[in-house]
Parts: sequence; C-alpha cells; structure tokens
Amino acid sequence: MKWIAAALIGGSLLLPPFLAGDFYINLASQILIAAIFALSLNLLVGFGGMTSLGHASYLGVAAYLSALLTSQYGLGHGAAAIISISGTVAMAGFFGVIALRATGLGFLMITLALSQVLWGLAYRMSNVTNGDNGITGLTRPAPFGISLESPVSFYWFVLIITTTAFLMMTIFVSSAFGSSLKGVRDQPRRMAALGFNPWLIRWITFVYAGFWGGISGLLYVYYHKYIHPTSLSTTSSAEALLGVIAGGSGTLGGPAVGAALVLLLKNYASAYIERWNMLLGLVFLFIVLVMPTGIVPGFSRLTARLRGETR
Amino acid sequence: MQFWIIQGLNSLSLGGLLFLLSSGFSLIFGLMRLANLTHGAFFMLGTYLAATALRTYDGLNLWVTALAAGFVVAALGGLFERLVLTRLKTNPLGQVLVTLGMSFIISDACLMLWGGDSIPVPTPKNLQAPTRMLGFVFPTYRLVLVGLAIVAAIALYFLLERTRLGAMIRAGVDDRQMARAVGIPVSNLFTIVFCLGAGIAGAAGALGGPILSAYPGLDADMLPLALIVVILGGIGSLLGAFVGSFVIGFIYTFGIALFPELAYIILFLPMIFVIAFRPQGLFGRVGA
Repeated sequence: MKWIAAALIGGSLLLPPFLAGDFYINLASQILIAAIFALSLNLLVGFGGMTSLGHASYLGVAAYLSALLTSQYGLGHGAAAIISISGTVAMAGFFGVIALRATGLGFLMITLALSQVLWGLAYRMSNVTNGDNGITGLTRPAPFGISLESPVSFYWFVLIITTTAFLMMTIFVSSAFGSSLKGVRDQPRRMAALGFNPWLIRWITFVYAGFWGGISGLLYVYYHKYIHPTSLSTTSSAEALLGVIAGGSGTLGGPAVGAALVLLLKNYASAYIERWNMLLGLVFLFIVLVMPTGIVPGFSRLTARLRGETR
Repeated sequence: MQFWIIQGLNSLSLGGLLFLLSSGFSLIFGLMRLANLTHGAFFMLGTYLAATALRTYDGLNLWVTALAAGFVVAALGGLFERLVLTRLKTNPLGQVLVTLGMSFIISDACLMLWGGDSIPVPTPKNLQAPTRMLGFVFPTYRLVLVGLAIVAAIALYFLLERTRLGAMIRAGVDDRQMARAVGIPVSNLFTIVFCLGAGIAGAAGALGGPILSAYPGLDADMLPLALIVVILGGIGSLLGAFVGSFVIGFIYTFGIALFPELAYIILFLPMIFVIAFRPQGLFGRVGA
C-alpha cells in the first residue's frame, strides 16, 4: 500500500511537463524547491528533536552568496554554486556549535536570534546586498550546455535534484546514524551512557540539514533570478516549519506534502487577499490546535482505520 | 565629547526599553517554560495604540496613555493565554508555534489598520526642551525614560521578592509541581504573569514611541534584541535581564553609530561569548 502510494506520487511528478501549462509547471518547480527546504528542516525538527526557527538562514545565505558571486564577481555558475554551498555548510557548522550549546527552547531562541541577525545584515549592509531592493538581473545556470530558461527544462532540473535530495535524506535517517539520531532525540542520556556522543550526532545532523537548506537556496535563487531579504526572514523559516508540522514532522514524505500545501495556499491566497502573514498565523493556530500530529499521519491513521473496518 | 554623551544616553534609554521588554519575556519563560514570540508584537501594538491615542486626542498625557496601552495589551495577552495557550499545556513546542502565529497575526493586523508608513509619537510637551547639565545638553525625554526603567526594575524586584504573589511566582519558577502540591494555583499564576509580561511590553512600546516611532517591522526589530538580552542575561533572572538590556543597549547603539553596517555582527559577539563560556547566561540559574 505504502509502495503503491509512493509510486503514484513519484509517477505523478513526471506528468506536469506533459499536461500542464507554464504557470503550473513553474508552480510545481516552486513546490519541489520548498519540499527540499522543508525536508531538510525536518531532519532537525522531526528526527533530531531540534526545533529551529532559523532555517531560512541557509536558504538565504546560499542564495545571496550565489547571487553576489555571479552578478558582482563574475564567477561562473559552477564555481559560484560550489563556493556558496561550502560557505553555507561552514556557516551551518559554526551556527551549530553555538546553537547546540542549548537544547529545546534555548536552541529555538538562539537559532531565531542568529537568523534575525542575518536578516538585519541583508537589509542594512546595502552596499553589498543592495538592501531592500534585493539583487536583480540574475541568471540560471546551463549545466552541460543545457539552458534552464524554459519552465519545462527547469522543472526537470529541479526534479532530478529533489529526487536525489529525497533519497539522500531518506538514506540518512534510515541508516544506523539515523537510528542513533532518533535515539538522541528520545533518550539523550541513555544514548550518552551507551557511548554515543549526542552533541556530535546533533551537530552532524545540523550541518547536513544546513547543506540541503543551502541546495534549496540555490534552486530558489535560480528559479526567481532575484533575491530579497525576506527570504531570510522569520516568515520564511516559519513557512517551512509550518510545512513540516502540517505534513507531519518525523515522517519521511510528510514535510514535502506540507510544504506543497503551504505554497499552494500562499499562491492562491495571495491572488485574493494581501494578508498572507495573517493567514499564515491563523493556519499555525489551526494546525497546532486541531491537528497537532500533521496531515499525513492523520490521513494514514484514517486509511488504516478504514481498511480495518472493511476487513 | 557631546557625541559620546548623547550616544551613551541613547544606549541607556534603549537599554531601559529593552529591560521592560525582556523582563516580561524572561518572567514568562521562567514560570511557564514558554518562549513567547508574541512579545515583540505586544511591544509594537503598544506603540501603535499610543501613537493613535496621542495623535487623535491632543493634550493627552503620555504616561496615562502608556498605562492604558499596557492594560489593553495585557487584556489581549490574558485572552490569548486563557483561550489558546492553556489548551496546549502538554505541548511546549505547540505553545511556541502559536505564539509565533499570533505574532504574525498581530503584526499583519497593525499593518492593515495603520498602513505601511511610520507614525511618529509626539514627545510630551513639557519634556521637549533639552536639559543642560555640566555644560552638556541632554534630551530630557530619554533621561526620564532611563529613570522610569530603573523605577520599574525596583518595583518588579519588590513584587517578586517581597510580596506574597512574588513568592508564589518564585516557587512556580523553581519547582512547578511542588508549588502545585502545596496549593499554589499555578495556572492562575500563569495567566497573571502572562498578562503582566504582555502589559509591561505594551506600556514599554508606548513609552518607546517618541524615540522609535511606530512602524511595521518594529516587532521584528525588537524581538531579536529581547532574545539576545535574555540569552545573555540568563533566562528567568530579573537581574540578568537588567544587566543584559543595558549591555545590549550600549553595544547596539554604539554599533549603529560607529559601524552602521556591522551593528548586527557586533550584536553577535557578546552572545557567542556568553553561550560559549556560560550557556545558562550570566545570571541564569537553569539551563534553557
């Protein structure tokens, strides 16, 4: 049953370029990018028990680095991508050392404070980041000489990376290391007594999540060809966190579904009303109060019950 | 010399505001184990309420307005605590998320009601003239603000250390279960402390109005400063909030004045230093 569902979802991801118009293909690309971002946050929130409110830092920093390197310093996309991702990973390593001095709410507050500092920098260091105007006139890369300008080719590019990301993260949490991560989430003291190093396990996960956050940031800036400080804002982190929680934190595919729902909601709502932040806040309240375990676990519980009844 | 004195005073007045903001945050955190991310929005709401009241009714007293704004925000906070937060008693992460959601709602509602332009809050007329002392010129309002923050600190200290309510709050901070067992109504205390914290934040927002003016994003500017103060000073400690506020007030003000582009990086440094060597904060009793 599970495999059929996975095959159906996987198969349906191949369809947009053949069936849909440019608008929907672009929307699908955005959903995939948001999915990578939410999945990387889920490594921390769901599997590591570390609720970060600063995950937008990695998306934003990778995007800004790539934007600056290609537009201001004239680097090629390959080199810029490598430098941006290395820079983001290094920053994640550093932030991890700071934030993991605390756990629980302390961790949340430190990640939030750190990301707000970066957001403030993006706004105020306007001679570098161009402040509130953002950086415009960016280009998409052309890997192996294939242009990614058309929505369809960009969609295939994003789909390949998303699939890789999903598989890599699935392997990560299914591995022995993933089990020790879940152990550290649930029983850090017992794990320490068994000879594991909870801090190191958390830190490695933190850096790995930062890496995939950076990848999603690169795709984000390639897609929009534009970058603005809002990509570093708490709203951006909160959208991803909402996706993770709405989809079901600690499940493999849930956050991707949640991220898709948040993005669709954002796109459709903003066509009718300007008050996205207020809606986001209301959805937060609704999800936490009404379905705290998320949509995907709730749905699979429902189907399990239905099947139980028909048998 | 004038520059240093003015910036020093600016630092003190920002520190005073930060103390009002972060003391409530810290109290709520200490008692309820709740990182109240709505706190910046409460502050901003206070500023907007004061701006509207003072600009609509000429001759209204700023102090009365700040008090009223504090009560309005406290009432809102109390409703939020009673209607939403109490339902999530067993879900600390959920609590943080709804406070985050609530902050989005409040800040967007402010944007909707008051628009995107910043609204200056008039300085009280009798405090507009600068004070001259020892050959230097001081903006009087900022001096008064620093004094107010110190008075508030002393009042809070007495409330916590010398009254029955304060003793119950301290008992709740130290050991919630034991406090319940000896008959302290801890969930009523939660509401009281949440209202108190929200009210102080709202009043602080109103008092900060003449310096900061009301603008969208004020909450996002103030909340991280409060977070850094609390991380620095130690969670649940009034003294920590006091010291942390003035440290951050100085660092931020001088950072902005001397290295405007790097002010945010400079904010990092004390935080990293404290987290590295004393993760529970300068005066914190419990690790977060």
